[in-house]
Amino acid sequence: MSGLSISRRGLLAGISAAGASAALSACGAKTGDSTSADSGAKADTSGDTVKVGLLNSLSGTMAISEVTVHNALLLAVKEINAAGGVLGKKLKPISQDGASDWPTFAEKAEALITDDKVVATFGCWTSASRKAVKPVFERYKSLLFYPVQYEGLEQSPYIFYIGATTNQQIVPALDYLKKQGLTKLYLVGSDYVFPRTANKIIKAYAKANGMEVVGEDYAPLGSTEFGTITNKVKDSGADAVFNTLNGDSNVAFFKEYKSAGLTAKSLPVLSVSIAEEEVKSIGTQYLEDQLTAWNYYQTTPGAANTEFVAAYQAAYGKDKPTSDPMEAAYISVYLWKEMVEKAGSFDVAKVKAASDGIELDAPEGKVTVDGATQHVYKTARIGRVGADGLITEVWNSGKPVKPDPYLKGYSWASGLS
Amino acid sequence: MTVILNQSFTGISIGAVLLLIALGLTLTFGQMGVINMAHGEFIMAGAYTTYVLQKSISGAGLSLLVALPVAFLVAGAMGALLEWLLIRRLYTRPLDTLLVTWGVSLMLQQLARDVFGAPNVQTAAPDLLTGNISLGGGITFANSRLFILGLALLSVVALTLILKLTPLGRRIRAVVQNRDLAEVSGIATGQVDRITFFIGSGLAGVAGVALTLVGPIGPTMGTNYIVDAFLVVVVGGIGQLKGSVITAFALGVLQSVLEYSTTVSVAKVIVLVAIVAFLQWRPQGLYTLRTRSLA
Repeated sequence: MSGLSISRRGLLAGISAAGASAALSACGAKTGDSTSADSGAKADTSGDTVKVGLLNSLSGTMAISEVTVHNALLLAVKEINAAGGVLGKKLKPISQDGASDWPTFAEKAEALITDDKVVATFGCWTSASRKAVKPVFERYKSLLFYPVQYEGLEQSPYIFYIGATTNQQIVPALDYLKKQGLTKLYLVGSDYVFPRTANKIIKAYAKANGMEVVGEDYAPLGSTEFGTITNKVKDSGADAVFNTLNGDSNVAFFKEYKSAGLTAKSLPVLSVSIAEEEVKSIGTQYLEDQLTAWNYYQTTPGAANTEFVAAYQAAYGKDKPTSDPMEAAYISVYLWKEMVEKAGSFDVAKVKAASDGIELDAPEGKVTVDGATQHVYKTARIGRVGADGLITEVWNSGKPVKPDPYLKGYSWASGLS
Repeated sequence: MTVILNQSFTGISIGAVLLLIALGLTLTFGQMGVINMAHGEFIMAGAYTTYVLQKSISGAGLSLLVALPVAFLVAGAMGALLEWLLIRRLYTRPLDTLLVTWGVSLMLQQLARDVFGAPNVQTAAPDLLTGNISLGGGITFANSRLFILGLALLSVVALTLILKLTPLGRRIRAVVQNRDLAEVSGIATGQVDRITFFIGSGLAGVAGVALTLVGPIGPTMGTNYIVDAFLVVVVGGIGQLKGSVITAFALGVLQSVLEYSTTVSVAKVIVLVAIVAFLQWRPQGLYTLRTRSLA
């Protein structure tokens, strides 16, 4: 009974939301008045250093995931600086805490752009936070690099989507389940934009592919009460659960799942938001043998990954795992660097124009920026959680998959918007 | 049948969590009229105590057992300190306690964030509590939930015994019913207040230990439960232990039945609407304290 009740934090969030939107509309009026083409806040590139914004939840329910992304971003910045910086300028990271609260994200994004005059911003995790900052980056014509898989059906001229879109993660995951003969799905998700949209896509896919969605449930973000949902799953006759829970609700969900006697053998769960870091903190004993869908695992073979894992663990501790969103965050800084160097300028329009075809030998394998959608070609991978808490690949798409955020390539997706 | 049994058990286990959290509040809010918004942070203190103990004591089962009394003492001490520092100056201004304790709750959250870090942490449950008792036919009772249920009932019994049978309990009841008369009868009301606060806050700490079996531990975990706890106390009838017990289980079962037939969010809306309707009908809650005072 937690989320709906008027909590003090909720009240505070409401107050700050009101404050933020007032501030935003004030700025909107200001920038709206100047009709010149260059109404964006000018990034400051005058000195020896340029500032880059890092916008992650360092506190709150999402911190379990987002702190690792923040660490990976800092690592990339440090490495780039050690190698001489970008266009001869060192990067100065400015960290802002979005505090798992979407209005705060919008506020901090604006502060990064207008006060710190950053040349680009890296971060956000939940789609709700991304949706909250999107208008800010568009208004100021500033760039955001978003490192997490998401529900697709979005394209902003000022966002580069470095994580997977649906056809690089969710669709391959469904293909995999279908191949295993797991066709009766129960959908469990957090109650916000990503799970709801993802489940819309899953239902459309199921309808066209002879699969059946036998149940669908949402828990408020941060909810810890999963008794009923677990019972419903148990009684539904499902043969797999598709899990789009975010953040540490997963802890409560998997604890309940195990307590109810459900296992990866009796009723496998495929998760799209749980990576190595979350596996570790949820507890391997709750997750062993469950499935995940991502583009990168710590165990992904290749020299680039060996180097990345070694560098990360040298910086943050031998027992710290790497994960897909961390890797995407890490390469997002490098991709931006390549774009800037190809453009020969920090100017946003020039950087965007230079983005198409930028390639990187990333820890996950070769990635290529698709300039038309500002997404990235990525290899899809299904993995299984091992007893050591690491995830090993059980299937991959063989080659990088072209991003298709609006699922134009799938006839069953024509009704989605 | 399986569905009904499993769901009833889920409802009862939600009720047990609610009860455990509301129990301390029944004392501090119900008996003393202090709107203690920091109650949730005492829950958090209990949960972090479990976490700290598990780091230092190997063996999840042993650390959990040690955590129960230690969390009671830690949270209880925090409560008594809060009472001594701030709340005792505000007994004549009950609404101000809301603001003051709210401020304290925000400070405690920030303190936890600084000490333990912003990301939430988890404890490992003892092996015994990760499994379940299966009665066959798909009917399962999770051990951790049974443990929480037992803990809640034990706390109720202990609290009842203290209030009904001990001299301290008699003094607490006397102060609650008529503070002035208790004072002139020679009861050290200030001391009774502090002890009552100690017990009430300590129970929140015990609730915190139980919650580590359910979900993650974080600086804001208390806020997730505080409103529900107030609901239980208000609907049950302020100061009425019996009312809190019945309300907690009734709300738990209602919530889980509705969740099963609708969705989580719809269930919450219906429960809240039902509570509003109930309070229209019985503003004083399920049970009321009958006193001769005019207030």
